[in-house]
Amino acid sequence: MPDPMKIRANLVGDSTEVKVLMSHEMDTGLAKDSSGKIIPAWFIQTVTVLHNDKRVLYAQWGTAVSKNPFMSFRFKGGAKGDKVTITWVDNHNETRTDSAIVG
Amino acid sequence: MDRHRRQALKSGGGLSLVALLAAAGWIDPAAAATEAWNSAAFQTHDMDTTLKALGDGKPVPSTNVVFFSTPDIAENGAVVPIGITSKVPGTESIAILVAKNPNMLAALFELPPGTEPSITTRVKMRETSDVYALVKAGGNYYMTSKEIKVTLGGCGG
Amino acid sequence: MPRKLRSIPGAAAALALGALAVTLSLIPAPAAAEQSVEKAIEQYRQDLQGGNPAELWEARGEDIWNTPRGPKHVSFKSCDLGLGPGVVKGAYAELPRYFPDAGRVLDLESRLVWCMVNQQGFTHAEATKITFGKGAHKRSDLEALAAYVVAQSDGVKMNVSLADPHVRDMYAVGEKMFFYRAGTHDFACATCHGSDGKRIRLQDLPNLTKKADAQKAYTTWPAYRVSQGEVRTFQWRLHDCLRQQRFPDLIYGSDASIALTTYLAARANGAAYAGPGMKR
Ligand code: HEC
Repeated sequence: MPDPMKIRANLVGDSTEVKVLMSHEMDTGLAKDSSGKIIPAWFIQTVTVLHNDKRVLYAQWGTAVSKNPFMSFRFKGGAKGDKVTITWVDNHNETRTDSAIVG
Repeated sequence: MDRHRRQALKSGGGLSLVALLAAAGWIDPAAAATEAWNSAAFQTHDMDTTLKALGDGKPVPSTNVVFFSTPDIAENGAVVPIGITSKVPGTESIAILVAKNPNMLAALFELPPGTEPSITTRVKMRETSDVYALVKAGGNYYMTSKEIKVTLGGCGG
Repeated sequence: MPRKLRSIPGAAAALALGALAVTLSLIPAPAAAEQSVEKAIEQYRQDLQGGNPAELWEARGEDIWNTPRGPKHVSFKSCDLGLGPGVVKGAYAELPRYFPDAGRVLDLESRLVWCMVNQQGFTHAEATKITFGKGAHKRSDLEALAAYVVAQSDGVKMNVSLADPHVRDMYAVGEKMFFYRAGTHDFACATCHGSDGKRIRLQDLPNLTKKADAQKAYTTWPAYRVSQGEVRTFQWRLHDCLRQQRFPDLIYGSDASIALTTYLAARANGAAYAGPGMKR
């Protein structure tokens, strides 16, 4: 089971700012381990962000997104107590969903 | 973008319905993702094929696409902070392309109405390279670029 | 050669470790071009702030802290870091300290190991099996625990007491070690960290004999190491510097490591702790 994300969702003016850190190796498939064997590509491919039930961001990533990815953005509206839910899916079909309450 | 995906977009009224359902826990997210991830676009090495895979747009240079919190020099290519803001009305998506990476497209952010056209993230850069911010708005493409120098940094691992 | 190395980042990166002795002797004032490189790197470091992946380690560390573990099924809630069993808030700012139950001066990491062995029932070998992790398949509980504990001292002023004679002794030994030259290159810590303006490639070497530099260095470790994608602890920092010094491997939690830590931690007294940091 992948580690939880660290999500922050905060009102800034009339927008909600979302910042998220994800725990993921994001292996490119180009690096080798100490025995010279290629480490296969292993990376998050899609990220979906919902504000309550409404989708506010959908991202597609390649292997070039850094290890332990970070992302931030803002959406209009949002109120204290609303829910922001983020789901990522990687190329091994592993997935992780976490939520944060807008503060 | 493949046909499946385009249909999904249509039926979702501008949203990716599949992804929406997946995130809401109604369908298997893994299945949704393989459908929605544009594998062709993430396997290209030059601008022409990348643009083609992303929807065959002809981007025009635009001062309305702006990098922010993006350094001129990255002390370590493993983590290069990138911030992109678009002032183009009706911005639908923002993509980050790194010219000299093994695959050019690093990330694509689709922004439904109501989401501010501005994102930050961190990408890997193999070497000093031009980085492109590609914005799609109203079916047209706008672009700006910036060279980021990469130093490998010291010993100490 | 030095001129060329200093001119552009790409060339600087090509500098092999072996040339280290050469670069170390470079102390001239930075040229204008170099200052703009320095500014750009400073910009890079600033652009990275605001989302430190160390938070992922903190979360995992908190989990480990609260979970009963080991043969004795005991959690870290019975582990006393100096402010009482289970008390984490502010504890790091007062470490290292003398622990009567252990009969030793211990830093955070050696204290965590002590609790694992003496309270949770692990063997010392088990407790220290993975001190420095690598990737998803070789994760270090110690790094996660350290990240969690130090984060609870964020903003707390460093206050390592030298009132206890055991701690004073450790401080004195640490100071001696800092200036002790030996090894194939006849290096001491002070060779790299004893004067202003030294650098290896683009890395500025802090002058740890100066209060301000010593404070800034100590209060920003442990840190998420961008180049490794891992959180590294102060034990790692010392281990890696001694490697660069061409000294024998520093044993994790050894008195030597604790002496150096005591010296550097006490010299940071008065500065607000600000970790975990984020470093190149
Ligand atoms: C051969 C040169 C060299 C020697 C000798 C050396 N170090 Fe270092 N030290 C470095 C370098 C290089 C860095 C910065 C590494 C980086 O940024 O990657 C560093 C960083 C540090 C830091 C962290 C500074 C910061 O602000 O993050 C501390 C603390 C430190 N060293 C302590 C020591 C101690 C204690 C010793 C002696 C046991 C020592 N060093 C010996 C080269 C050296």
